[in-house]
This record gives sequence, C-alpha cells and structure tokens, in this order.
Amino acid sequence: MVGIITYGAYIPRYRIKTEEIARVWGANAAEITGGLGVIEKAVPDYDENTATFSVEAARSALRRRPVDPADIKAVYVGSESHPYAVKPTAVTVGEAIGATPIMTAADYEFACKAGTAAIQTAMGLVSSGMMKYAVAIGADTAQGAPGDALEYTAAAGGAAYVIGNDDPIAEINETCSYSSDTPDFWRREGEDYPRHGGRFSGDPGYFKHTLGAANLMMELRGTKPSDYTYAVFHQPNAKFPQKASKMLRFTPEQIKTGLLAPTLGNTYSGAVPLGLAAVLDVAKPGDRIFVTSYGSGAGSDAFDITVTDAILDKIDRSQGPTVEQMLSTKKYLDYAVYARHKGKIRM
Amino acid sequence: MREVAVIGAGITKFGERWDTSFRDLCTEAGIAAIEDANVAGEQIDALFVGSMSAGRFIGQEHVGALVADSVGLGGELHVPATRVEAACASGGLAFRQAVAAVSSGMSDVVIAAGVEKMTDVGDSTDVLAGAADREWESFAGATFPGLYAMIACDYMHKYGLTREQLAQVAVKNHYHGARNPFAHFQNEITRSTVMNSTLVASPLRLFDCSPVSDGAAVVVVCSLDKAREFTDTPIKVLASAQAGDTIALHDRPDFSTMGATVAAGNSAFRQAKLERKDIDFVEVHDCFTIAELCAIEDLGFVPKGTAGKFTEQGETQLGGKLPVNTSGGLKACGHPVGATGIKQVWEVVQQLRGEGGKRQVEGAEIGMTQNVGGTGATVVSHIFGRA
Amino acid sequence: MSVEPVLRLYHTSSGGPKMTVARFWREIPQRYNMVGTKCETCGDVFFPPRTICPHCRRDGKIVPCKCSGKGKVLTYSVLSAASDQFSALKPYVLAIIELEEGTRVTSHLICEPDEVHIGMPVSSVFRVLDREGSDGIIHYGTKFVPDL
Repeated sequence: MVGIITYGAYIPRYRIKTEEIARVWGANAAEITGGLGVIEKAVPDYDENTATFSVEAARSALRRRPVDPADIKAVYVGSESHPYAVKPTAVTVGEAIGATPIMTAADYEFACKAGTAAIQTAMGLVSSGMMKYAVAIGADTAQGAPGDALEYTAAAGGAAYVIGNDDPIAEINETCSYSSDTPDFWRREGEDYPRHGGRFSGDPGYFKHTLGAANLMMELRGTKPSDYTYAVFHQPNAKFPQKASKMLRFTPEQIKTGLLAPTLGNTYSGAVPLGLAAVLDVAKPGDRIFVTSYGSGAGSDAFDITVTDAILDKIDRSQGPTVEQMLSTKKYLDYAVYARHKGKIRM
Repeated sequence: MREVAVIGAGITKFGERWDTSFRDLCTEAGIAAIEDANVAGEQIDALFVGSMSAGRFIGQEHVGALVADSVGLGGELHVPATRVEAACASGGLAFRQAVAAVSSGMSDVVIAAGVEKMTDVGDSTDVLAGAADREWESFAGATFPGLYAMIACDYMHKYGLTREQLAQVAVKNHYHGARNPFAHFQNEITRSTVMNSTLVASPLRLFDCSPVSDGAAVVVVCSLDKAREFTDTPIKVLASAQAGDTIALHDRPDFSTMGATVAAGNSAFRQAKLERKDIDFVEVHDCFTIAELCAIEDLGFVPKGTAGKFTEQGETQLGGKLPVNTSGGLKACGHPVGATGIKQVWEVVQQLRGEGGKRQVEGAEIGMTQNVGGTGATVVSHIFGRA
Repeated sequence: MSVEPVLRLYHTSSGGPKMTVARFWREIPQRYNMVGTKCETCGDVFFPPRTICPHCRRDGKIVPCKCSGKGKVLTYSVLSAASDQFSALKPYVLAIIELEEGTRVTSHLICEPDEVHIGMPVSSVFRVLDREGSDGIIHYGTKFVPDL
C-alpha cells in the first residue's frame, strides 16, 4: 500500500502580528484579527526562500528515518513562489539531499494546492512500480501586496513527504480531486503580487471545490466524518476551514491539531502539508486522517489516510523539529523590518 | 651577495586626493625620490611597484609599465618595470624585490614604489575583501574588519585585553601622525573618541580601523659600495625577510599569533645578527589597532598577551622604550594599500637621517619595518641602520 | 524609461565581473553538502577541501569526506558594516566554527548578537548565500545556527 514513509516540516522563526500590519495601514486590528482568525504570521529571513524551506523540510524527513537517497527517483516541489520562473526548485532539493543525478524532477504550480498535487504524482510513480521513493514538497514564501487584505495572512513555510510502498508510517488509502477553471485568485507572469476576486474566492472557489472533493472522497470510501480522528483543510485564514469542516460535519476537535493558520498565517502550498505534518507529529497507530487541500484557479485534492504501527517503530520523530516546536520558536518584527526582509523595500 | 643601501626617498601627502589621479600620485612621489637620490633617469636599471588592486579600483592592469611611464622611465629609457602584489604587503614586497635585484648583482640602481588610488570607487569594502579568501571567507560573510575583529575577540578572550588598551594604539598613532606633515590625519584624538566611535565589527570601532587613503611612496636603492656617489646619508639594509601563511584566518592554529610575522622577524634578526633590544623604533602594520599589538609581540619585542599593557604605559609612543609607528602608522598616516610598505621605509630613512622633525626618535640608529598582507598570509620585514 | 542607452554593469559580490556560472556550480557539493577532503595518511580532514595536505604534501592520500555540519564557535564578531551581499542582514554575527571533524570554517552564524559565545555548539542549515541581482543566479549554501 502506498503511503508516507517519512515527513519533515520547516517554519521560519520570524513573525509579524496582524495588529502591527493593521497599525501601518490604519485599519482596525481587532476587526481584522476577529474576521480572519489570524493573530500573527510567519515570515522568512532575508536569506531564506522556497528552496531553502524545501531543503530543510526534506532533510528533516531524512533524519527521521533511514532512507537511502539513491532510492529517491523523483522530487516534485509545489509552490507559487518558486525562486526562478525557469529553473526548478526540485533539482536544488535533489542535490541537497543527495538524490541526484539518477532522478526525475519538476516544479508544480497550482496556487495553494501545488504541494498536494506533488503528493498525488509521487503516489502514482510509486504505486506503478516505477520507483521505490518519490519526494513531494509543498512550500511557499507567500506575497501579499502592501495594504492588500492578503498581506495579513500571506506567510512562509513548507513540508516534505517521502512517498513509498514499504512500511509507510501512514497509508494513503485513496486520493481524489475536484478541479475547474475558476478565476478566484491569480498572478500574471512578471507581476509582483497576486490579484483576487474578493468574496468570489469563497463560495465559487474555496467551498465549492473543497466540499466537492471532500464529499466525493467520503462517497468513494463509504465513510462519514465521525470515522476520522483528524481532519486537515486548506487554511487561507482560520474561518474558511472552520466553516468548511462545519458544513461537512467535522467537529472543531477534529480540525484543531491541523489548523495552524491562527499563529502561522497562510503558507499557501505549504498550508495543508504543514497541517498534515502537525497531525503526524502527534498521531498514533490506527488514527485516521481526512485531508482536503484547495488551490485557487481552482481545485481540491482529498486524501484518506490511516496511520500505521510504523509511526512508532520505523521513524524517530524527535530527529526533526515538530510543527509545534517551530511555531513556538519565534521572533517578532515590526513592519519596517518585515518589509526589508521580504524585499518590499527595493534595496 | 652585495650589501644594499637606500639612497633616496619621496612620498605624497596621504589622504583623499580628489584632484590627483593614480599616475599623478606616482609622479609626485617618484620625482621627489629621484631628486632626493640625486640619480639621473639613465642610471635607473629597474623599477618594482607594489599596488594591490589598481585593476578593481581603476580598471588598470599592467601597472609596472604605467608607473615607469608616469615617471619618465618608459619610452626612450625602456626601464624594465615589474608590479608585485601581496595585498597590503605589496609595497614591502616591492622593496624586497628591489633589494634582491641589487643584492644579486642583477641591477645597480633600482626604484621601489608603492601606490594606491582608492577613492575613485564609491566603496572599497568589496575590493579589499579580495585580500582574504574570497571563496571561503568573503563570500561567507567576512569583511576585512570582521576578520581582524575575530582576531581581537580571540585575543581579548585569551589575554584579557581591555577596550581602553586597544584604543590607546589609535590615540598614540594619532599623536605621531600629528607630527608628520604627510599623514592623512594630523589631529590628535582621545580614547573617548575611539571608544565612542561607530561600531564596525565588534569589538572594533571606526577609530580602530585605518582609513581609505590615496597615496604613493617611492625609494631608490643601490649597492652600498656606490651609495655615496648619490647621497651623504645612505641607509643600509641590514636584513630583508619575508614569510607566508595560510590565506584564510580560519586555518591558523592560533588566531592571535601571526606565524608569518614570527618567521619573518626571526629571519630578519638572524640576517642582521641583532637582538630585539637593538631596535630603536619600528614601523608595523596597524591596519586595525589589534594588529599593532600582535605585531610587536610576534616580532618578539614583548611577550604574547602583554602588548596592551606596554602600550597603555606609553612605551610605544615617542620617548618610550620602543616607539612604534612614528609615521602615524596606518591609522593616522593613512593606508593607501600598496604604498604603505614603501612609506614604512621612507619613515625609517627620515628617522635614521635625523630628519624626523617633531617626531624624531632620539639617537635612532637601527629601525625595523613589518608589512602584512591580508590577515597575515604574507609578511615582509626589513631592518635598517646607518651606513 | 531611460532615454540613454543603459549598460548593465556586471560587478557582483563574487568580487569580479558577473561570474561565469561554472565557478559556483563546481562548488555545489561543498556549499550544499559540506563535502570536504581527508588525508588518509595523517588523518586530517579539510573543509573547504584541499587537494594537497599541507602536512604530508605529496605523501598524502586525499579522499572525499562529507562533514556532519556540527561544530562549535571559536571566535566571532558582530558586523555592523557589510558588503553589498550581506547588507540586508546587518547587524549579523560572523564566526569561525570548528567542525567536529577538526577543520574550521568561516560563516554567518544565524543567532542574536547577544546569544553568541566562544564554545557555543552549532549545527548547519541551508540558506541563500547570494543573489546576483534580480535576474542572475541564486547561490545557496551552508550557514550555522545554535544547537538547541
């Protein structure tokens, strides 16, 4: 059965509070925090980017379980902030984990679901018998235009998954997707910041596709929400996943562990991979995990996952930092320093 | 091997010489030296010039040819000219090459020049970082002050050097510089000035660092037996030494000791058949205040770890046991990189001729120079006496 | 829009004209994965790698040797003045680190200025070392953080 062999996560140490951004733009901090459910977000250091996150996450995964890099025959990185428009992040990761040169690689883009698309691809390559291990990563250093609503939540981080067949710590029983051409959020080539359709991103975007994929999954598996221990949804803020899970009849308890947005922000392609990593950090054999990502443009990928005994004896989770550890290791920036770090001030 | 003497020396004012170009600097110092030596152009057999980075500062290579041409030795006379480079020890190295050319009998009268035009670029930080290991020091985040600051951090940790003692090096060098009409800075300063100046790389502050300066210095050497044809005050070269070390600071066994200074110093004293107590004054390479302390220890004048106290007690100032850097050192006289090594020789010549003016070391008979490249990967050292 | 023809000047923090890509590409095993060398004759490990052992010279048998990335701080400085490459990181800590294999490296140490001390244990992380402007190559490499 194909599944997750090992996993790793990375969250940078800098934070900026929603109220600090609101202060700069003369907005009402309490309203914004209340409306989004996000009090602070993670931002990168000047010498970090999607590639460095991806490498750190992948190396963390490989420290947790002995995997011979020579058996990794594919690396896919999903992001909307790849450092190059042409030259893939995936080969930098491949080089940094010792998987080159005998491997295939490519970068993915699908807004916030590029990472889960990478997982699906990895599953296909492994299940078909083409290779023993494939690495799938979702990571981003998300950009919000100064003063735009997205600036409050656009955050940085990512997680890496080694997908394989033999002794996975979590079996991926099924994956299914729901996709359409929906212009809820986009960025044209050459533009610095994305644009979005405002409230249009909600029902025709996030909810239609998330519910579409989630309901399809439960239909295919013949399951209901109460069958699952945990549920992880895409989290552009705290409200959307809370509403979606409620609509699908999952409980706040089920989504709690995988809901990182309140103190992390929206890490775009890293969001669901990080949410899942937070669950895996504490999961026990037999736990069932329901995952549905969402990427604007638009599409959702759903996964039905069962944690195995291997999570206790085949992997040493203490060899890599947990999501909780990284969330609590933080240093606050004020807006000016934050802008310098993110390159919003042209140097 | 013939004995060698310095028969003439010339120097430009060091400083920000906005209206003076690279070749203007060469001409200014070169003509002064040639006149001081009473030597005719036709008598000059060779020219050696030390210049670290004309290529990066003004896009100019082939500096040997340019300098010779600037002082009228290129066309017609066709004097062979050679540029040598060892970062900040380029000048000292040029002098050593000139001494070797005469000593070996290959040439009779040779010019040794040092020149650097640093203010034609906006920021010299990156150019100077080429004196270190570009790939593994500079590219990793090291700046030149950063490297010497790490030496200072190590030294302070090992020997308990205080910030005040370190500051005194700069204060003392400004005291001397104020008495040198060619120095970049001619103002005296206080310890407070040093200790309150902008932090550059902890613990080093702005006033712990030598400045960016334009300048040139030129000397003329010939064999000792012919020296009196040119001058009544020939200065004899008693020793010429040079030593190398790893280019990167991180490869040294002890960051607070410059092995190349130790080796070059020992070699110099051996050649001259002298002891440390025979030296009346010394010009050392104080690119940063900490460097002066390490220099006088590594040359063997005081035990390791004690130079701070020795300085604090005033022993390295005029009138003390061992005046160090009566020229003002790199800190006050300025540091046009390639020129410094030759400036040191020029200062020794002034002192041994009794022409040190307000900074004359009483009874000066024997002087020494120490010129360092990078963080100590090259050290050139000479000892001089009156002929 | 400039009315003058614009000539892009190609000087970079590499210390020269915009370098050919090969210069840093050939160092990727060192910069990404700390692959150094070892002299099997005397046992010394070198990172950055040496092809000649300074101790054994031609008698030294040199083989590749990957370093673990763990080490301790030998000396350091907090830099307030930086090259263009590092100016956005000011003030930053520069340190000489002794790796557990015995060899030393100079590196940006990512920590608070008041955190660093001689002897502090550190481990390696993957970071951006330099970006050649907005349209050039991004150079990745290894820096260090305090060991938790």
